[in-house]
Amino acid sequence: MMTTAPGLVPSNAVPFVNGDVRRAIGRSQRIDIVFAAGGLFALIIAFGLLFTLLADLATDGLGRIDYDFLTDFPSRRPAGAGMLSAWVGTSLVMLVTAVLAMPLGVAAGLYLEEYAPKNWVTALIEINVSNLAGVPSIVYGLLALGFFVYGLGLGQSILVAGMVLALLILPVVIVATREAVRSIPREMKEGAYALGAEEWQVMWHYILPFARPGILTGAIIGLSRAIGEAAPLITIGALAFIAFLPPVPFTGDPPAGLFDWLMSDFTVMPIQMFNWISRPQAGFHINAAATGVLLMAMTLAMNAVAILIRFRLRRHSRT
Amino acid sequence: MEIHEAVGLGPTRQAWTVAPGYLAKRRALDRVMRVALFFPAALSVFVTTAIVFILVSESWGFFAKVPLIEFLTDTQWTPVFAQPRFGILPLLTATFWTTGIALAVALPLGALLMIYLSEYASKAVRETVKPVLELLAGVPTVVYGYFALLFLTPLLQTLIPELGGLNLLVPGIVLGIMILPTVVSISEDAMRAVPASLREGGYALGMTRWQVALRVVVPGALSGIIAAYLLGMSRAIGETMVLAIAAGQNPNLTANPLEGAATITAYIVQMSLGDLPHGSLEYQSIFAVGLALFVITLLFNVAGFFLQRRFREAY
Repeated sequence: MMTTAPGLVPSNAVPFVNGDVRRAIGRSQRIDIVFAAGGLFALIIAFGLLFTLLADLATDGLGRIDYDFLTDFPSRRPAGAGMLSAWVGTSLVMLVTAVLAMPLGVAAGLYLEEYAPKNWVTALIEINVSNLAGVPSIVYGLLALGFFVYGLGLGQSILVAGMVLALLILPVVIVATREAVRSIPREMKEGAYALGAEEWQVMWHYILPFARPGILTGAIIGLSRAIGEAAPLITIGALAFIAFLPPVPFTGDPPAGLFDWLMSDFTVMPIQMFNWISRPQAGFHINAAATGVLLMAMTLAMNAVAILIRFRLRRHSRT
Repeated sequence: MEIHEAVGLGPTRQAWTVAPGYLAKRRALDRVMRVALFFPAALSVFVTTAIVFILVSESWGFFAKVPLIEFLTDTQWTPVFAQPRFGILPLLTATFWTTGIALAVALPLGALLMIYLSEYASKAVRETVKPVLELLAGVPTVVYGYFALLFLTPLLQTLIPELGGLNLLVPGIVLGIMILPTVVSISEDAMRAVPASLREGGYALGMTRWQVALRVVVPGALSGIIAAYLLGMSRAIGETMVLAIAAGQNPNLTANPLEGAATITAYIVQMSLGDLPHGSLEYQSIFAVGLALFVITLLFNVAGFFLQRRFREAY
């Protein structure tokens, strides 16, 4: 960049560019290099830590993952323990979370971006959304314990777990929806309005399709956050030792109803991992690492998909 | 779908033959949609209200038995003893220790990173680094806990022999790395909101990059940068699993970060793991400390929120 002004440097005739000034310029440029090096150093520390963490998990746990580990229930013997109930629980809870958070978040985002009048109600909603994004996850757990588990009597069920995680990621989905909607060119909407379309028609036929990649990215990022959450689920009383699976609809005796699994006890992968970390035996620590490897793989995969969608989106919007 | 179909018109040639009552029906549907979408948006207000209501109502009975002054000043937290004492100070100091250590890590690293990314790095580097950096915030916190307890602590014990197996130092360091993406991403936004003309003015005066960064951009974005650190700290205060795993669950009023101590969040986890009868004093106590946690993080969030808004208005 313009670190030295070329016209000034070589001339002895210009009185103020003497040795002192040149030294000062040289010093400034050296500090510049130090700053850039500092930035790289910080980057290396951050990425180095992430890499070490991945490598540590992989060396400890990768060898433990086999068919039995995925199909066995937890056990008192580390070598015989598996995470069947944990990954089934995680999948079902994520399903509930996604089904609740996506429509609610998208609807709220659309309302705030397209319908909301400029008044104190809207301002109140906006303040609440940004505040909720900063509320610690364990406080959501307390809300669920007091309100869903005891207040509504829903128990320590998959339904409650899905509900609390949906509330937790709602701000993420709302913010992503709003950003995606905001990035749509005005002309596009105005074209539709000019043809006489009603607001919801513009929304349904134009805004939603165009905002879909952005909304999807936000939803995936939100779900990748939810999948690793343990604290709010521990708070509602989820147990680590679950040696059964939720009832499959229309099976068993008497046959389970279509939605009986929603009220079932459950455990999830982060809680199972926490439980195994807390045990003294090294064998359980290996199980924990194996669970961690799978959790990280899921998180990384979800983030990779989100980045990919965002990347494609950017390429399209440029043309 | 073609636009004329989308807005309910026939093929273009007979575009203006609209079925009778169609427009009124369409307008009614729009009003229904407006209301239908309002409720999901208003849910956020309901959730905040519900959080406050639940925290206050469930801890009401607690504060009837434990005076507020004792809660805030007693130095013992022994809820399951025969003579239980409920002083939040041990939990609070542990929370502030880990948050302070996290800040000590995130402050220099975050400053170097944000200046590098906003002033030095090319656009390509920035666009590559930021998503990877976001991954640091995406790692499940249980995994961070595993890493802190079973990798970093043994490693640091070879350097600091006095370091306990459970301690406040290591989870604090891990928290510092964890909040780095929050800090860097918000403050980098603030720094990039500083108009290019100010930077160019600096360069025109013969400043080098670090001079522009430190004397033009950072002062210009200062409120946004402080907001970023406040929001990062709020995350560290509310973080749970790393602390429950690596700092232990034993309340301990200590001035030594090499010892383990339960934070507010770790206490809630510890109690929830056991049998917690609805309405018992222990049950109420997790809501009481939860209320304290909520108030503290709220203060940080509100301060951060207003500072962040200030820098948006400034330019």
